[in-house]
Amino acid sequence: MDKIPKIWRDNLITYGMVIAIYAVMQILISFGLVSRLMQGLLVPLCIYVILAISLNLTVGILGELSLGHAGFMCLGAFAGAFFSKITVEAITFSPLRFFLAIVIGAVVAGFFGFLIGMPVLRFRGDYLAIVTLAFGEIIKNVINALFVGLDDRGFHFSLSDRASLGLYEDGEVIINGAQGIIGTPQDSNFTVGIVLVLLTLFIVQNLIRSRDGRAIMSIRDNLIASESIGIHVTKYKLMAFSISAALAGVAGVLYSHNLNNVVASPRAFGYNMSIMILVFVVLGGIGNIRGSMIAAVVLTLLPEMMRGLDRYRMLIYAIVLIVMMLFNWSPQILAWREQHSIKDLIGRVRGRSRV
Amino acid sequence: MSELLLTNLLNVTNLSISFGGLRAVDNFDITVKKGQLYGLIGPNGAGKTTVFNLLTGVYRPDEGKVFLDGENITNLKTMDINKAGVGRTFQNIRLFKKLSVLDNVKVGLHNRYHYNTWEGIFRLPKYRRIEKVMNEEAYKLLKVFDLENEADYLAGNLPYGKQRKLEIARTLATDPKLLLLDEPAAGMNPNETKELMETIRFVRDEFEMTILLIEHDMKLVAGICEELTVLNFGKTLMSGETNEVLNDSRVITAYLGE
Repeated sequence: MDKIPKIWRDNLITYGMVIAIYAVMQILISFGLVSRLMQGLLVPLCIYVILAISLNLTVGILGELSLGHAGFMCLGAFAGAFFSKITVEAITFSPLRFFLAIVIGAVVAGFFGFLIGMPVLRFRGDYLAIVTLAFGEIIKNVINALFVGLDDRGFHFSLSDRASLGLYEDGEVIINGAQGIIGTPQDSNFTVGIVLVLLTLFIVQNLIRSRDGRAIMSIRDNLIASESIGIHVTKYKLMAFSISAALAGVAGVLYSHNLNNVVASPRAFGYNMSIMILVFVVLGGIGNIRGSMIAAVVLTLLPEMMRGLDRYRMLIYAIVLIVMMLFNWSPQILAWREQHSIKDLIGRVRGRSRV
Repeated sequence: MSELLLTNLLNVTNLSISFGGLRAVDNFDITVKKGQLYGLIGPNGAGKTTVFNLLTGVYRPDEGKVFLDGENITNLKTMDINKAGVGRTFQNIRLFKKLSVLDNVKVGLHNRYHYNTWEGIFRLPKYRRIEKVMNEEAYKLLKVFDLENEADYLAGNLPYGKQRKLEIARTLATDPKLLLLDEPAAGMNPNETKELMETIRFVRDEFEMTILLIEHDMKLVAGICEELTVLNFGKTLMSGETNEVLNDSRVITAYLGE
């Protein structure tokens, strides 16, 4: 155990936390101790955690600001749901179909991340924030206006209405404008969600501790120095941003397969959602993967748990935001946490057991 | 050594750049021989750092040519100039402050050791092998600069003098042919400066490095530089052997006034 480097141990703690939470929830569910409401929250929690990790890659690791992360989630959600809907009969083995849907959602979102990053990430400054902000809104609105149908002749597209698709009688509308995609197979569940959280963690944490990850973080810390030692700045910015977008796409696929009907509504994919994810990252600690995961869980559960206190809900939420901010950044509390960290505790317990 | 000195490593002719109406660097020429310790001096605002920025592609020159070891590197991008063999440090230290000391050097090794993204994410055998070599290589450099005990520190937490050293170590990790040091002694006390002089000389001998440095500390310049070029108002005031230049009346006037 002592041979495991410190960084690895740190990563293992994060994986352990996720698995422990999963195990505890499963046990509680099997004893019937978890309310319906809470059970319904489990998949969204996984979605938010994935989003928080993926945005932290852009904001915390690469040091660029993205204000349209929900847009990439939206792309992933619709690309994945679209695929599942047209192959629901062709591929009856649902895990395989869902796996392919996830891959497609990730690739589509990642590709758009690449497309947007290509011109924007060449600049220095906050251009990415501006462009992603617009992108998120554009994607949502385009999908709201998009009609796609499928019949014997193939796919039909329209941006006006359903009738102009000109489908045969046996044809099927897949994306129905503002009503979205109806009848996505519900393949998401808590287990799959946790697996995807672990996968996201694995990808991001291992990326950070690799040659490419170091290059990405060097750009964040000092772009000019980074160039001066021969780092291809644009390439690594694009790499980090595309991976981040692809992971948001994965969260989107999880989202769309958790619902019967996925709609590109402002609530699900709008500006507020993007800001919400950013709040997870900022409160959890920019560049602190585990912190952003915890923030995502706490800030998602909190409003739901306080439904009884309806009138004071947002007030308490606001106070919690402020307290978390203080807790994360106050020097005294940082020092206190340093002294009472889990790592330390484990170290001490192990030390004692050896004696 | 004498044979090394015969060949030119850096050859700059007619280098010029204007910002608006100001001719910041005007017809700058310099020839640095292999293995030489060359100083670039001049009063504040003379255009010394601008010359470094021109040599490293931060600015594009309006006119002029830069040859490194016979290869034309004028107008290349900063990263390509580094790949061609020019390493630099900065007047105001530019470290990757939130990375560890070790990782700072390993970023410097980036273009010398390769494995792809997937090998990194999935921790394939090549990742392990290359990372091990990179660690060894980085520790070797850290040892040279007496930083190996601070390898796990965040670079931003190092004391000032060590940050300077780390910046040099990081640049050397890119295996340059020519090292540009921009005021390495800035902000150092006399003891630290003395130590730095030894370090610079050591780097030249140990790595067979050619060094061009900007410096205001005349003790350091007189102590280690073999040749000097003096810039004033963007123009070359004179070039020559250190003693000769430092005792020239024009140079003294430029620094102290009439």
